[in-house]
This record gives sequence, C-alpha cells and structure tokens, in this order.
Amino acid sequence: MTKADMIEKISEKVNSLTARETEIIVNSIFDSIKDALARGDKVEIRGFGSFRLRDRRMRVGRNPKTGVQVNVPAKKVPFFKAGKELKEFVDS
Amino acid sequence: MRKADIAGEVSEKVGISKRDAEEIIDLVLDTIKARLKSGEQVKIARFGNFIVRNKRPRKGRNPRTGEEIGITPRKVVTFRASHVFKGYVNGQEGIARGLEQ
Repeated sequence: MTKADMIEKISEKVNSLTARETEIIVNSIFDSIKDALARGDKVEIRGFGSFRLRDRRMRVGRNPKTGVQVNVPAKKVPFFKAGKELKEFVDS
Repeated sequence: MRKADIAGEVSEKVGISKRDAEEIIDLVLDTIKARLKSGEQVKIARFGNFIVRNKRPRKGRNPRTGEEIGITPRKVVTFRASHVFKGYVNGQEGIARGLEQ
C-alpha cells in the first residue's frame, strides 16, 4: 500500500473531508513526526511504536568502482521500534 | 512527543479540531497495522517504508543460565526511512522539502 492508497481509503471513511483535505492532514501527520526527530525529540505512540534517532559513527568507505577510500561522516538515522501491541498483532 | 502532541500540531497547521486530527491519526495507524498484519508493506512517500519480515526459527540461549532454547519463527515489523527523512534529520533542508528540483 502506498500513501496515495491510504489517503483514498481514509477519505472514503471520513465523509466530512475531501480527498485533498485528507491528503493535507495525512502529510501534516508525517511531517510532524519528521520535525520532532529533526529537533532531537522522540515520538512515542502507544499501541504502535516509537520513532527516535540513532547515531551512526564515522566510517571509512570505499568507492566500489574505483576502490578509493573515502570517509563517510557520522550521521543520524531515524529508527522505528514497534510497540508490544503492534508486534503481537502482526505476529498472530 | 505523543499522539496528542501530534494532533495539536496538525490541528494548528491545518485548521481542524484536535479531535478530528486525532481521529485521522488513528485511522492512519490502524490502516498501517492492518496492512502489515496481512503481510503487505506500507510505503509512505517522503517518509519511509514499513515492512514485515519473516524470521526463521533459530537457537537462542538464556544469557543468565546458558540454557539453550528454541526461538520460534516469527514476523517482525521493520521501518526503513526514506532518503528525504534521513536527509532532514541531518540538516539537509532542501532535500527534505523537495526543493532540489
């Protein structure tokens, strides 16, 4: 399922909203999560899971074509941990 | 940040009530859950993909007693952040907002 499919499904369920309005709201939800992580906050949603940043250390990488060594700088990556309820729901 | 905080932000940005925002958040989460349960992946453009992975059975060990135990096969949810999301949390605003084109 893609985000577009999801927006279509949700706008069918919510009569008071057009597909366009649903799209704006759904985008705003995911933007809100992104913004929280970008400012160093974490997001915890009960029954679903949590989003937080994990640190990746600097490492030495290699250009696979030329074999030249390059430093890959340290960075942060978004990480999602499924909550207990989601884990059990998916695995049953 | 919790669900109520997200609802607050959405409500302010979009101009709907907090209650309506929370209802849509719940619909989004329930939709993702239901799809994952059926084994389907959920791809959210500019955010990331939620994927269900099948883990094979393997042997584990109780770290305290050293006793060997079987770990049953199971399904786990993983998330892969999109390039946009990864760029955004590392301060690459242009990529995050899709302004590079």
